[in-house]
Amino acid sequence: MIGLDAIYIVAGLMFAAFATSHALDRSNPRRWRSAVFWGCFAVIMIAGSWLPHLVSGLFVLVMALLATIGLKPGKDITTDTATRETSAAKLRDRLFLPALTIPAVTVIGTLLLPLWRIDGVPAIDPKQVTLFSLAIGAIVGLGLALRLLRTNGTTAAHEGRRLVDAMGWAAVLPQMLAALGGIFAIAGVGKVVATLATDYIPMDLPLIAVVVYTTGMAMFTIVMGNAFAAFPVMTAGIGLPLIVGKFGGDPVIMSALGMLSGFCGTLLTPMAANFNIVPAAILELRDRNAVIKVQAPTAFLLLFCNTVMMALFVFHR
Amino acid sequence: MLVLSGVAVVILGFALRFNPLLVVTLAGIVTGLAAGFDPVAVVAMLGKAFVDNRFIAVAWLVLPVIGLLERGGIRERARTIIQKMHGATTGRVLTAYFLLRQLTATLGLTSLGGHVQMVRPVIAPMAEAAAERDGPLDDETRDHIRANAAAVDNIAVFFGEDVFIAIGSILLIQGFLAQNGISVTPPRIALWAIPTAVLAFVIHNIRLWLLDRRLARRKIAR
Repeated sequence: MIGLDAIYIVAGLMFAAFATSHALDRSNPRRWRSAVFWGCFAVIMIAGSWLPHLVSGLFVLVMALLATIGLKPGKDITTDTATRETSAAKLRDRLFLPALTIPAVTVIGTLLLPLWRIDGVPAIDPKQVTLFSLAIGAIVGLGLALRLLRTNGTTAAHEGRRLVDAMGWAAVLPQMLAALGGIFAIAGVGKVVATLATDYIPMDLPLIAVVVYTTGMAMFTIVMGNAFAAFPVMTAGIGLPLIVGKFGGDPVIMSALGMLSGFCGTLLTPMAANFNIVPAAILELRDRNAVIKVQAPTAFLLLFCNTVMMALFVFHR
Repeated sequence: MLVLSGVAVVILGFALRFNPLLVVTLAGIVTGLAAGFDPVAVVAMLGKAFVDNRFIAVAWLVLPVIGLLERGGIRERARTIIQKMHGATTGRVLTAYFLLRQLTATLGLTSLGGHVQMVRPVIAPMAEAAAERDGPLDDETRDHIRANAAAVDNIAVFFGEDVFIAIGSILLIQGFLAQNGISVTPPRIALWAIPTAVLAFVIHNIRLWLLDRRLARRKIAR
């Protein structure tokens, strides 16, 4: 079976190329900050499976410190607006082709890769086919883009670096948050939070239990950054014992609307960095929380709607 | 109770606007120490947890592709298409993307979209170009339009994907209920995601219509 390490190495080599692009940028006196930051990340991606965890942990600390003092990347090596407009007029809609190839290959790969077997066993772990397909899609897209623009890998490294510099530390924040989620799970943070909610709020009425469950899902998600982490804890703590057990509610309606209430929380929290902080960075917004602010009214209205729907329908069998 | 100190670090750190990467790293260390591990074990725990989540970084493999296409003028091309289209407004561009993103998500095609692949190179330039017909944008309006483009991508996919029966959250619900002795089928769970999906579309697109009205007032004010 081909393991995930194959695509981690490919991704790691890409970050190593970004680090090299920084290290060679002699015009920037602070080039070592970015070079070391992306270099550490590249090492973790490539060798993480074999490095002692303590060493990986120290690399993570170095990255956090460099992000804090500021990465200060140098000037991008790219083209100006006039050149791009000329190029756009020439290449026209062909420019969209490599971008559309990525999702197309991802979808096709997700369907076809599970059929690939070596000596009767799946060549790729069935749980990882989407990730593999995405990586293959990106590589095929890169090939098409290089052909379309008639350029080479060095340019691709510089252009990729330009985008990663636009994000800076925000690009690794989702992974760090997922790591924090793992540590929270080891330390049992979720259970303590759920106990707090159930111990201090009297839930003698079905309506109160519903309100505590939906808003609890949203608030827990805001703290943890992930509705998937909130769902088992809140449902085991409040949903199943009270809404289903004590008041005889329907577990399917409760779970479906409970999860969607958690998604409202996802729209509201910087802890869901890949949805809220990363786009603010990649779109070069000055306010880090600008996306959350736009989403907030929709999130609150939908949370209210979910609560009302659950209160109306969950107890009718 | 002591293990909650990590949560406190997160809330305080974000509120005081320290660097988020530092805040999250410190929260991990504080939580580990509070749970009774020694400092060396905590750093190793952080390293292992970070390594275990490397799959998240695989998505960045698209960066060189998108970077190259931007060099080739994909954003300029997206702008040209909108400039030539009659009746295109920021709100309408975003409503069209909302519809496309939500419908494909209900079919399980959540990879058709995304902030790096679609919003930055195509959708945001289109939404900006539509508004620029009424005159140049100031930085604040431009940022607001871009933030709206990112929000559409999130909301459409969150409240679309749960209608698809084989998506992660539906399988999580099914698995969790099964562990607790309740047997349910994915289609029933997905069915109860439909009302919220419709409401999300209605609520957010009314807001996009209001955004158009606000942008139009800017034109009158000029």
